[in-house]
Amino acid sequence: MSILNTPPKPAGFIPRDRAWQPDALTPPYKTSVKRSPQAALLSFPTTLSEETSPVFGHSMLGALDNDLILNYAAAGESAIGPRIIVHGRVLDENGRGVPGALVEFWQANAGGRYRHKKESYLAPLDPNFGGCGRTITAEDGSYEFRTVQPGPYPWPNGMNDWRPAHIHFSIFGHGFAQRLITQMYFEGDPHIKLCPIVGVLKTQEAIDALTAPLDMNRTVPMDSRAFKFDMVLRGQRQTYFENRKEGL
Amino acid sequence: MQPLDYLRESPSQTAGPYVHIGCTPNFTGIDIYGGDLGTHMKTGPVQGTEIILKGIVFDGTGTPLRDAMIEIWQPDAAGLFPSANETRGKADPNFTGWGRSPGDMTTGEFTFETVKPGAVPFPDGRMQAPHITAWIVARGINIGLHTRIYFEDEAEANAADPILSRIEHQNRVPTLLAKKQEDGSYRFDVHLQGPHETIFFDI
Repeated sequence: MSILNTPPKPAGFIPRDRAWQPDALTPPYKTSVKRSPQAALLSFPTTLSEETSPVFGHSMLGALDNDLILNYAAAGESAIGPRIIVHGRVLDENGRGVPGALVEFWQANAGGRYRHKKESYLAPLDPNFGGCGRTITAEDGSYEFRTVQPGPYPWPNGMNDWRPAHIHFSIFGHGFAQRLITQMYFEGDPHIKLCPIVGVLKTQEAIDALTAPLDMNRTVPMDSRAFKFDMVLRGQRQTYFENRKEGL
Repeated sequence: MQPLDYLRESPSQTAGPYVHIGCTPNFTGIDIYGGDLGTHMKTGPVQGTEIILKGIVFDGTGTPLRDAMIEIWQPDAAGLFPSANETRGKADPNFTGWGRSPGDMTTGEFTFETVKPGAVPFPDGRMQAPHITAWIVARGINIGLHTRIYFEDEAEANAADPILSRIEHQNRVPTLLAKKQEDGSYRFDVHLQGPHETIFFDI
């Protein structure tokens, strides 16, 4: 077989850009102070342990797993709040769509309240809203889910800190090295620039990377607005010239 | 000069105090999906030695984290990963290789019922000591922490391991070793800070 007819082999993952990613110790976000490692991280190239990952099949998904408006609601009822669709693609650093990625999301309800026994904010629970969903990306890395827009809420950090409205995302790609948790913010939220957790991001470009724009083209008229949120996972080097043993 | 056209990895943000709602909702009382992912690593009779792995994640004051989520990933007893990317052979069909634990609501202790992993080669072909890859997220952790769980009772393999042997501060290597307890389980506590700070990996 000619080498020119064979795609280059994926090799190790591209190192994580620690200058771009947030630091562990970020004192304005107080909880990080005693939860941040102080020794230098041990750096070395990825091995099979990090270049492999469990497989999640579409067959594990229930019909309503990506519909937070209905997946915890009583029959005939639905969650309260502004109806929105969140969609986008999971890509890698090389710009390729990542198919088969498990994407899990969770959020507060429209009043800013989470369904959790340790949560004490006075905004009421919505009996028809659980606050979690999941999906698996399609062949091109695309995903979509429906929910209600979460509300901002106060949290104990400074005397008067509020989280911008946000949705949490957990993403599982094709290698354990790609494992990522992040948050999506909404275009135009005035709390974004005030929040100490957003503040751990080092540049405006990083904040923009987590801010979803309103997407009128995907909005369903008379039904739901849409927001677009792409996520990027670490990429793998592609090369013919890697001195690795066969199969590694 | 031409642009390189690479995308940047999405910036990480903390998993926050309610990561369990999203990743282990049934643990928090949200009855959905027919169960939480990663609860069972064994789906039938498995090959190799079955083990129980327990531990607690401590902050810099020695307080257990009760809002952490720990995920582990490992090969089967023969050193094969149950992964689409595994090209060396077929892993044990009754073993998922992946576990996820929210820890105990009161004590923070996590528990995994798994198998002792087989050895896996380093990219240059040398064998690595048997190990489990771990990833820890929680409120106050801005980017998930990778570490590895090796086994104290694998002294010979550990001594030859390409990564363990390269660690400058050899007196910190024990932070990566799961220790066998009297009841037969293995214990792997994680210290985010302090004199016993666990070695975390940039990998």
